[in-house]
This record gives sequence, C-alpha cells and structure tokens, in this order.
Amino acid sequence: MTVESTAARKPRRSAGTKSTAGKTTSARKTASAEPELVQLLTPEGKRVKNAEFDKYVAGITPEELRGLYRDMVLTRRFDAEATALQRQGELGLWASLLGQEAAQIGSGRATREDDYVFPTYREHGVAWCRGVDPTNLLGMFRGVNNGGWDPNSNNFQLYTIVIGSQTLHATGYAMGVAKDGADSAVIAYFGDGASSQGDVAESFTFSAVYNAPVVFFCQNNQWAISEPTEKQTRVPLYQRAQGYGFPGVRVDGNDVLACLAVTKWALERARNGEGPTLVEAFTYRMGAHTTSDDPTRYRGDEERQSWEAKDPILRLRAYLESANHADEGFFAELETESEALGKRVREAVRAMPDPDRFAIFENVYADGHALVDEERAQFAAYQASFADVEGA
Amino acid sequence: MAAEKMALAKAINESLRRALETDPKVLVMGEDVGKLGGVFRVTDGLQKDFGESRVIDTPLAESGIVGTAIGLALRGYRPVVEIQFDGFVFPAYDQIVTQLAKMHARSLGKVKLPVVVRIPYGGGIGAVEHHSESPESLFAHVAGLKIVSPSNASDAYWMMQQAIQSDDPVIFFEPKRRYWDKGEVVTDAIPGPLHKAQVAREGRDLTLAAYGPMVKTCLEVAAAAAEEGRDLEVLDLRSVSPLDFDTIQTSVEKTRRLVVVHEAPVFFGSGAEIAARITERCFYHLEAPVLRVGGYHAPYPPARLEEEYLPGLDRVLDAVDRALAY
Repeated sequence: MTVESTAARKPRRSAGTKSTAGKTTSARKTASAEPELVQLLTPEGKRVKNAEFDKYVAGITPEELRGLYRDMVLTRRFDAEATALQRQGELGLWASLLGQEAAQIGSGRATREDDYVFPTYREHGVAWCRGVDPTNLLGMFRGVNNGGWDPNSNNFQLYTIVIGSQTLHATGYAMGVAKDGADSAVIAYFGDGASSQGDVAESFTFSAVYNAPVVFFCQNNQWAISEPTEKQTRVPLYQRAQGYGFPGVRVDGNDVLACLAVTKWALERARNGEGPTLVEAFTYRMGAHTTSDDPTRYRGDEERQSWEAKDPILRLRAYLESANHADEGFFAELETESEALGKRVREAVRAMPDPDRFAIFENVYADGHALVDEERAQFAAYQASFADVEGA
Repeated sequence: MAAEKMALAKAINESLRRALETDPKVLVMGEDVGKLGGVFRVTDGLQKDFGESRVIDTPLAESGIVGTAIGLALRGYRPVVEIQFDGFVFPAYDQIVTQLAKMHARSLGKVKLPVVVRIPYGGGIGAVEHHSESPESLFAHVAGLKIVSPSNASDAYWMMQQAIQSDDPVIFFEPKRRYWDKGEVVTDAIPGPLHKAQVAREGRDLTLAAYGPMVKTCLEVAAAAAEEGRDLEVLDLRSVSPLDFDTIQTSVEKTRRLVVVHEAPVFFGSGAEIAARITERCFYHLEAPVLRVGGYHAPYPPARLEEEYLPGLDRVLDAVDRALAY
C-alpha cells in the first residue's frame, strides 16, 4: 500500500493531549501516526501499483475512466449551481460535496443496480451514479418536500438528516437481503462526525453479529461542522471495525480509482457472505458544512490549499492526459455538457411549483387516521372561508 | 367457534404464533425473545418452532432494534419488535420519532413501514425504577405513529393481529400488570376495527373512559359504585392514536359526565386531550367539567409508594363523587 505524506497536513492537537503527555497510550500513538491508505493515483495523477486492490480496476477501459471523470465534473458543476441557487435565494440551504467527488463517484460506480444505498444528505454524487435526477435532490432544500424521490426506483434511500440513523436502516435492510438469499449488497454512507453516534456503533454490532452484507462507507472529510476529527476519535476511524470483528480500510478519498477498487472489494465481500466492511475514505470538505456555515471561523486557508493540491478531478485529468486517454475535444465537449446541466438545474429549480397546501395531510399514515381526516376537513373549511369573502 | 380461556400474555403469544404461521415476512425481534421467551414469556416457544431467523434474539441495543426493523421493513418484512420495558424505549425514541414515524410521508407514500413496537408498560408489579412507566402520550403526540393498548386477552389477541397487518407503524402498549389475567379468546371471530372504542359496561350516570390496565380498575369502580346506587358506564378506548372521540361523545351525551382514568401523569396526558375535545364537542351536554385521574408530575415512585401514585378504586370513586356533585 502507498503511504501518503503527512507533511502537507496542518498538525492538530487534541485538547487532552497536554494532560495525558508522559502517559501516552498506544492509542494516542496510533492516532498521531498517519496510517497507510490505499492509493492508485497520486495527487500528480501518476498510476501507482497496489498488489491487493489493482485487480479490482484491472480491466477498466479508457472510456470508463473518461466516464468517471465526466461524473465528477458534472457532479461538481451541479453542486456549484446548487450553491449559487442558495445564494440567490432559490434554495433554503445546500450541503456542498465540493472536494468529495472521488469518494462518491468511485464508491457509487462500484455499486450494482440491485444494491441498495443509504445516504446522508451530502451524497449528490452517489445519487448521480444511481440515476437519480439531480433536480430531485433539490426539492427538500427548496422546501417543497421532505424527500423528493421514490427510494425504490433507484435503490437510493431518501437523504437522512439525523446523523447516523441510516446506518441502522442499511444494516436491517442487509439482514433482509441475507434472509432472502439474494446476492445484493447494501452500502451506508456517513461522516466522521456520525462515527461518534450510538446508532453507528449499534449498526456495527448488529451487522457483525448477523454477518449482514453491508458496506459502511465513511467519508472522513476532516470536519463535523466546526469540529475536527480529533474531537470524534482518538484512533483512525477505519480501525474501529477491528473491535467489532470485521475489516476496516482507509482509502485515499480523493482518488476515484482507489475508491472504486476498495468499494468493489468490500461489496464483493458482502456478496460472498463475508459480512460487513468499514471503508474510511480520507478526503476533505473544501467548502462549508452547509451554506449556513462559516468555515473561516474554525480553519485556515493553508489547510484548504494543501487539499486543493490533492483535488480529485485535476488528478484524474492529469492521468487521462498523460496516458493519452482523452483529447481536448473530450474536455471541451464536457465543458459544454456541464454548462447545459447547470442551466437545466437552474431552470428546473425556478420552475418548481410550491406544493399543494393539502399536501400537509397527505401520506401521514398509510391506512389513514381519524384525527388527520378531521383536521384536513377543518383546514378545508378554513380555506373555503376565504373563497366566500372573495366571492362576496 | 374456537374459544379458549387464556391469560393476556398467552393471547399475545398465540397471536404472534398465528402471524408467524400466516405470513413468512413476519419477524419477531428483541432482547431475550428467543430461548428465554422474553422476560415476561410473551414470546415463549416461538423461536423453538419458527427458528432463529424468524424469532431473533438481538444485541442489547434498543435503537439498533428499531433501526434495523426499519431496514427490514424497507426490504419487505413485517417486524414485531419487543422493547423489554417501558422505561427502556427512550434509546429507541429517536429512531421511532424521527425515522419510523416519518418515512412514509417523506417518501410521498412510496415507502411503507409495517413495524409493530411492543412495549410492556405501566406499574403495579412492584418493579424497580424505569420498569413501570406509561409514556403513551409521548408517542401519541407524534404524527405517523398509531398507539394502541388492549385491556383483555381477546383484544390482545386480535389487536396484535390487526397491528401486524397494518401498513403503519404501531406502538403496542401491553398492560404488564394484566398479563396474567385470563379471558376468553375466540380465534375465529371477526374483530371490530383496531381503533374503535368499546363500551365495557353500560351505565347512565357518568362515563369512565380508560384503556389498558385501567379498564379493569374502572370496571371495579363501577361495580363498587353500583352498590351505592350509581350506574356508571365504562369505555375501553383501546386506541390512544387515533382516539375514538365519537364513541366517547355518544356516551357523554347520554351520561353528561366524564372522568378519564390513566396511569400516566395527568399533566399533558391523554386525559387532557380527551377533556379538551369532549368539552368542544359536548359543551352543552356536560353537567360537570371533565375530570382526570392519573399519575402525578413526579418520577414514578419506588414500589412501596406506587399504590399512592397509581389511580386506584378510592381515587377514581372520589373523582366520580366530585363529578356527580355538580
């Protein structure tokens, strides 16, 4: 495995370091030492060998590589458009994925159609890979619905706002897959902050105990709003898996090839009945947590700059160019496609109608509920009273 | 007709057995539900007959139990999960309230979550802290959940069948102090709707409305009051959400007086909701304010004090006297 240099990372010390100095535990040592991470493409775009994981991308064609590049560029363009739309007042909020395109596209493209994905609220790239129309992702951020798509159309669950809840849903779903004797796999996305939640710990326990075919894909983007990973854990996150009895691996989250390979490996384990895997994609949230956040209050420019040097899109472009897998025409065409996507998203959001006011009472229950019926009728009478006034 | 006298706990056991036999998608999950048969033996023998993949002993993690049940329901299963005691449901409260209750609406009706959460609840068994609580109002306040509580063996059997068949999440509160009370269960009768209240005893002077463990207490109250020449009607509400206000209204229009009895604290409890709505509906029929008898705004007390805390014969009779004095 290739070891990434730690030189570019700004060293951080946890609040407790001073008081525990001199009584350093092995855990602290482990946390401060940068663990190995799986990398197939260096930040400069050089392909490096990996004895364990190369085989998972061995047959990849130049066309497929261009496809990964296209996915990342279009996802970034979509994300930028959504951020702009929030600034223009068209969306109430947006959670940007800027910087995490490789983690999402690599893992998303590793999934099979019959696999099932349980996202958090930032998995726009994974949604793209699953065929969810990006405009559907914007409804809840615009405030016209609380979901926006049929989870079963693309085997892509609704976004989950409560941190870590979906890891248990994924585990239960995977338990069901195993009961059905199917060879599908399930993948649950969550972040470094979520790793502190009890539900994530419980999902590790359940998935291990029942040998559930689930992949836990943690995008460690270094920040849980303003709190660094050091506020969540004293050991590298991927090592958590060991305590539950299943493998964990850290992958370069800005390397789309490595994310693709490692996720394929983990999904294959799941399909083969080998149980859960924890993948920690070591990446970086280049933007704010959401558009309500102000990262200048808790982190400096130099950190972001160090990560910009590892940009997932530039890295693959460098590789495509050096390997003569893409020409200028491809990049120009993609630029045009990217602008068209931005325009389509912009127009779709602005054309999104407000929901019917009676939607408040719809689908509260599958089998109906007397109180909902009563309140709907009261609401209707109240609304009708305005019509009487207008008609008078 | 196949009729059998059985304890309420046994009736739930038989009901779960029938559901497991009828529908291969039904699962029973929880801590100790397998080999032990549950701490109250409600699931006794089910794992032996249906196997570990249908009757699942889970890790000791309530949020995990409900959260994975949600995932199983998304996959097409119908999990019936057991929370061992009322006071232990709170680690799972997040999953129940933020996920289980809302996913149907969030998916615009595309996703259904037919999950039953069984909770043995209420006091009167001399238990330690967190083993005697009545948190039904905390769940009834949440749209997307249905809340029911049987008071007798027959209802326990049939309401469990109906809860499992419901496409909505149902919180099934089991009156643990009535687990051992026997009643006749007719297993091939066609039951009434799950959320319909029943008149447990007819009367003309005052209506006592209760559910779960307090129905028996109210029937005892009515019997005692009858000796004093008072003819009380007793309603078994059976469902807390939705609440069958029509049946309560019909009764109150006849008796003109209403006392609501539950074990949960009175403050912001289900009795407050009933009092408010019945006052709206029956203002000109009422001869007295709707009175409530229930627990105090205090932590559930140690066992040696629970008889003071729980509504008993005398406290309910006192409320009856007050209502009739208007």
